[in-house]
Amino acid sequence: MPHKKRKNSYKINRWSEDEEVLRVLPDIDLEFNECTSLEEKNVTSHCKLSFAHPPARPGQTPDFSSVEIPEAGLLPVLPLDVTAADCVEHANSLIRVMDENGEAVGPWTDFLSRFDVDTLRAGLRDMMISRTIDMRMMNAQRQGKMSFYIQGVGEEAIACGFQRCLKPGDMNFPTYRQQGLLIAGGYPLEMLLGQFYSNAFDPLQGRQLPTLHSARDYGYFTVSGNLGTQYVHAVGWAMANALTQQENISIGWIGDGSTASNDFHTALLSASSYSPPVILNVVNNQWAISTYTGVAKGRGRTYAARALGYGIPAIRVDGNDYLAVLAVSEWATQRVRAGHGPVLIEWYTYRVGAHSSSDDPSAYRPRDEGKAWPFGDPVERLKKHLIHIGEWSEQRHVQAEAEVLSQVVEVQKRVEAAGTMIDPKPIPGATIFKGVYADMPEHIRRQRQELGV
Amino acid sequence: MPQLTMIEALRDAMDVMLARDPKVVIFGEDVGYFGGVFRCTSGLQKKYGEERVFDTPINESAIVGIGIGMAAQGMKPCVEIQFADYVYPAYDQITQEAARIRHRSNEQFSCPIVIRMPTGGGIFGGQTHSQSPEALFTHVAGLKVVQPCTPHDAKGLLISAMEDPDPVIFLEPKRLYNGPFNGDHKAPAQSWKNHQLGEVPEGHYSIPIGKARVHREGSAVTILTYGTMVFVAEAAVNTLGVDAEIIDLRSLLPLDLETIEESVRKTGRCVVLHEATKTSGLAGEIIAIVQEACFYHLEAPVQRVTGWDAPYPHALEWDYFPGQERVCRALQAVMEA
Repeated sequence: MPHKKRKNSYKINRWSEDEEVLRVLPDIDLEFNECTSLEEKNVTSHCKLSFAHPPARPGQTPDFSSVEIPEAGLLPVLPLDVTAADCVEHANSLIRVMDENGEAVGPWTDFLSRFDVDTLRAGLRDMMISRTIDMRMMNAQRQGKMSFYIQGVGEEAIACGFQRCLKPGDMNFPTYRQQGLLIAGGYPLEMLLGQFYSNAFDPLQGRQLPTLHSARDYGYFTVSGNLGTQYVHAVGWAMANALTQQENISIGWIGDGSTASNDFHTALLSASSYSPPVILNVVNNQWAISTYTGVAKGRGRTYAARALGYGIPAIRVDGNDYLAVLAVSEWATQRVRAGHGPVLIEWYTYRVGAHSSSDDPSAYRPRDEGKAWPFGDPVERLKKHLIHIGEWSEQRHVQAEAEVLSQVVEVQKRVEAAGTMIDPKPIPGATIFKGVYADMPEHIRRQRQELGV
Repeated sequence: MPQLTMIEALRDAMDVMLARDPKVVIFGEDVGYFGGVFRCTSGLQKKYGEERVFDTPINESAIVGIGIGMAAQGMKPCVEIQFADYVYPAYDQITQEAARIRHRSNEQFSCPIVIRMPTGGGIFGGQTHSQSPEALFTHVAGLKVVQPCTPHDAKGLLISAMEDPDPVIFLEPKRLYNGPFNGDHKAPAQSWKNHQLGEVPEGHYSIPIGKARVHREGSAVTILTYGTMVFVAEAAVNTLGVDAEIIDLRSLLPLDLETIEESVRKTGRCVVLHEATKTSGLAGEIIAIVQEACFYHLEAPVQRVTGWDAPYPHALEWDYFPGQERVCRALQAVMEA
């Protein structure tokens, strides 16, 4: 079927020059099939559907030429009490802090002053631990030691960086791909890994699929596994904080694919109606299992821009730029804590790994697409920055990699000794019935008796 | 003792709880300034302020969803779904989130939310204002489901629900809001104001969830029912002059197994009634329980009378409603067997 690709030639840098420009903005990084000509199909209707397609499929060369890459340091800092009407540019462009040389540039660096170089090195280590765990656990899953695994390779900067701006008592409502929040938050790795292996180290005692953690004391709400549903819980939790005069904030997390769910609208509308202290994060990693992000985005320009219609300020950030993550997270948490109301952040990134251990991305996208992602690798970029400012070296990095690996391997061995799916050490059967209710009703007591536990 | 309608009794329960517990918040469509389309929350916003009692957009998944977030953070939300027929957009939130948060987090988090909703027909509401969806909730582990049929129980059960550590679906038989109704739609409407069961104690009292109420003691047959059908059953029993034991289940999940089993073992006969549709309805579950526990005590096959397996009709409401005549037939069948 003949079709024309419509490519965007628009340059983001122009927005601030022309206030009228939004009326004529074309879609960015989206390609739709155009209609087949009427004559060709010999029909008279002018109504045709359009279907979004990724820039490249398996066997084709990765193509991110339609992705706009604004200069680092270009966008101004927004006032903490910014309104939706005053952040149109920020919701449509991309905040970047690190330039190609690894230098932190532009006004958003003001929000980095609180983070010393030790914190940055710790951030690098958080990301390295996250990635190492992902690689080790994917292998363990392949070996049959656990049922399932979800990795977050390529997206480490977002959760690891964001966590650095949170305070005790703040509550995340994460998806399965935000383990970095736990790692950067100092969650014991025995518990993290124990959850994957559903053994005695598992705080949830085998109730949940691997990566669906719950860690109240670390600000990590029980992950459902249903997509989107918890975005609105973050709003409700924040409303409770405000109603009971608590200073803490809550943070909703959702993927680009799940912004299609009714819960996204529900959360934004509720946040808009009541203005609670909540940050609504959208991690746009380009892929919803095999479905290209353009399908969920439809004719919209960006996910961030969707919030503007609800009157919620929104900004779009290079999620592979650890410094941009830190700076914007710091700004957003300051805004929300100060009582200026909700904010939505679209973190622009790329899902380098498969969706899960059950997925094979080579069936729907070019094998090396991740390498072609124009915003690079978050670990490499932070490393480059630290080397650039003379606080890191290739040698130290190699050494750190070895340390991280041995740390993870040591924990893994210890946790695996408590049971894997190959060598299970059973969890008591009574846990099936424990906690269905606070107090066990008679019919469940009878069923537990029937199971004989 | 004051005589209250069920609406007033429900309002009284919320009033008592708002005054006792600063963590209680009440919200839903039209419940704030206006006080709810059935007036259950009338005056509460004025008395307790907008932060305690407020209006929401028309979005049931938001009403329940933000309620879940609040409940997990330690508040006690009591939310209203304007009609039970509107609850389906919130079904995902209720069944996969509220019901499971305690269990899946190994009790790190819990969800003490109350979701009130008017249920049942008899008001010419058509298919979108008459449904009885209790079985869609009693099938979900982690939920509690209750339905009072008197003002006294409405207040006591709602207080219990609001003090419960787990999510409670609170079904209100809307045909009983202003007075008892025995299925005879041509008879003059009765009021709770001069009915014995309209007596409602002042202040705080509670009725435990999981306990049935014996509405009428008897020895010849056990009628297991709840909601509007309790009064339909009573009228049918009076018409036939049969010595039936009418058990108002009140708590549909968990069921009061002991009271059910004890009564059926005593009478040896059983009829189950509900207004909800028949197939996969709660009556099927109750009959299975009776069969498992009381089979050797039964003198006759258990009968059930329910709504027809069709959408609730508007104009043909009284052909659909399981009225006295059908109940009488079932009672006769079980007595004659």
